[in-house]
Amino acid sequence: MTLHFTNARLIDPETGTDTPGDLFVRDGVIVDGPGEGPVETVDCAGHCLAPGIVDIGVKISEPGERHKESFRSAGRAAAAGGITTMVTRPDTEPAIDTPEVLEFVMRRANADSAVRVLPMAALTKGRMGREMTEIGFLTDAGAVAFTDCDRVVEDTKVFSRCLTYARSLGALVIAHPQDPGLSRGAAVTSGKFASLRGLPAVSPMAERMALDRDMALIEMTGARYHADQITSARALPALERAKRNGLDVTAGVGIHHLTLNEFDVGDYRTFFKIKPPLRSEDDRIAMIEALADGRIDILCSMHTPQDEESKRLPFEEAASGAVGLQTLLPAAMRLVHAGHIDLPTLWRALSLNPARRLGLPQGRLSAGAPGDLVLFDPDAPFVLDRFTLLSKSKNTPFDGQRMEGRVIGTWVGGTQVHGD
Amino acid sequence: MTFRHRHLLGIEPLHPVEITTILDLADRYVDLNRGARKHGDALAGLTQVNMFFENSTRTQASFELAGKRLGADVMNMSMQASSIKKGETLIDTAMTLNAMHPDLLVVRHPHSGAVNLLAEKVNCAVLNAGDGRHEHPTQALLDALTIRRAKGRLHRLSIAICGDIAHSRVARSNILLLGKMENRIRLVGPPTLMPAGVADWGVEVFDDMRAGLEGVDVVMMLRLQKERMDGGFIPSEREYYHRYGLDAEKLSCARPDAIVMHPGPMNRGVEIDGTLADDINRSVIQEQVEMGVAVRMAAMDLLARNRAAPPAREVMA
Repeated sequence: MTLHFTNARLIDPETGTDTPGDLFVRDGVIVDGPGEGPVETVDCAGHCLAPGIVDIGVKISEPGERHKESFRSAGRAAAAGGITTMVTRPDTEPAIDTPEVLEFVMRRANADSAVRVLPMAALTKGRMGREMTEIGFLTDAGAVAFTDCDRVVEDTKVFSRCLTYARSLGALVIAHPQDPGLSRGAAVTSGKFASLRGLPAVSPMAERMALDRDMALIEMTGARYHADQITSARALPALERAKRNGLDVTAGVGIHHLTLNEFDVGDYRTFFKIKPPLRSEDDRIAMIEALADGRIDILCSMHTPQDEESKRLPFEEAASGAVGLQTLLPAAMRLVHAGHIDLPTLWRALSLNPARRLGLPQGRLSAGAPGDLVLFDPDAPFVLDRFTLLSKSKNTPFDGQRMEGRVIGTWVGGTQVHGD
Repeated sequence: MTFRHRHLLGIEPLHPVEITTILDLADRYVDLNRGARKHGDALAGLTQVNMFFENSTRTQASFELAGKRLGADVMNMSMQASSIKKGETLIDTAMTLNAMHPDLLVVRHPHSGAVNLLAEKVNCAVLNAGDGRHEHPTQALLDALTIRRAKGRLHRLSIAICGDIAHSRVARSNILLLGKMENRIRLVGPPTLMPAGVADWGVEVFDDMRAGLEGVDVVMMLRLQKERMDGGFIPSEREYYHRYGLDAEKLSCARPDAIVMHPGPMNRGVEIDGTLADDINRSVIQEQVEMGVAVRMAAMDLLARNRAAPPAREVMA
């Protein structure tokens, strides 16, 4: 059977175009025409049809903390948020650091998730930064990248060995650039606001220092490297220099760092405690510009579910992170509506670039690409009520805020997973 | 009466008129405290609970005495020995206590913002007795009262706050209060003990003590908070004393009638010379303690008058 999307506004990040048109999906793959056999028509009513979002860095709390998020709840939330591929983090309890745990995760994901799940594995055993994991076996078992998530491999010798070994397998290493010494114990970004609130703080310089170190190690080892989140203007020159010198380096940013700033913490609101901490307004603007001009490659939700108990604590003691699967698209629409970025460019960062970085065929609307699609109305307004979110955890910083952008339908491999 | 708050969580939300209201009332309580019969009835029939999640002798004693002198039933809870150790969260502790219907809750906590969090969950009036490095409002108020009584005014004074600014909630509350009352504030201390972004606070910053004390009316020393430091803010106590400890020689840079203050407890020979601290012509450290009781009586009295409280909103942090 062929799916025929009519009357669509096609957002194609590959060609950078935003044009009215039709799209055909047959046997789960985008094709040029309807071909033979029955055709089911989907009237898009002039709304946007774009490749599904590929979200790198989704935390699903299986194994270990299924009360915070499961593959089922995350899959439903992702589908409702237009995300068709979740690239999941290994910072679970226990960490995903052996092929056996990875296999468990894959089995759970296949059984329960409405959208595609590609797991990442830990770079070092137990994410302890001492010994590398079985990168070869884990790659064979399906790990698409290796990361210790928010833990930095402090020992440069260990990290350089991991990178060297990963390079021999062509494995992608994802790191969290944050100088461990400067950032220890920090809850917010240093500055006037942090000092007045009396909270332990870290200078954004910690990010640049760690990125500088990592770039030197990449120059030394030639590994494939992705910085999970670059959030401060000072880190950008190191990134640009590395790219100019031909290193295989990319960088991402989380949506919260593009839509919120340090002052949003306000009166110790722990839903705004994320890692790295929210930055200054100058940094926020600089990161939006870097995303728009391609210096930052990938935009992600950094979905981190936390239950009420871990957030209802004094700010310093509260857990970090925010859920983002369902708010990524409407929050990103703020950037579009503010005139910072156009839709095809935004989708390059949400879909095409992350797919390319992981060697996936997703992120395109051309024939042969998977039928992973999102149909959305970029202008539909709503007020977010966190208790309507499908994630098990409701820790969103956007609660009660006015947002625009509603997902009408989501398809994975030509099968509708969200919408009527 | 111009004081419209349910809680006293910090100096930040206070209007200068409200600060004056507290100080004026405190002045009256100073007289009461100096009289033979030290008893009022402003808090009669009310229950005051002191919850100290951090060690304190003087602040807790001061609050206790203030409550008792105004007729409140006072209960002290040392939270270090209580259910917190058994894993109960701050919110649960607050809810449990709330169910016992206290009227005034005095809280000290080692984490910044913890008292604000607690205040959202209870029906009674909450007084912040110091939260982390955030605020210590009654200390700033008692310092203000001491200055006003010694100098005859609380505006257009030049005030140096010296020492460990970074770890000090006393400094933050004092900077806010003295700034609101339109004084010139100088911060003096080694750069490692200055908070980040201090240049945007509307204060002058000095790392040379003599230059910082030049011509000031008030010298406010801070305690070196050894318990909040994890290593290496200063090379040694003796070098710190040499460069930033207040002695007669450094004090000679200030105005001849400048007063010396310290929130206590003092580290003699670290941030202040012992003889100077005891010099009744310059040091008002004992007056500060006296003013502390009066200011706390005034603050609790005003909050109790505002106690036609609506039920606490259930607010997520």
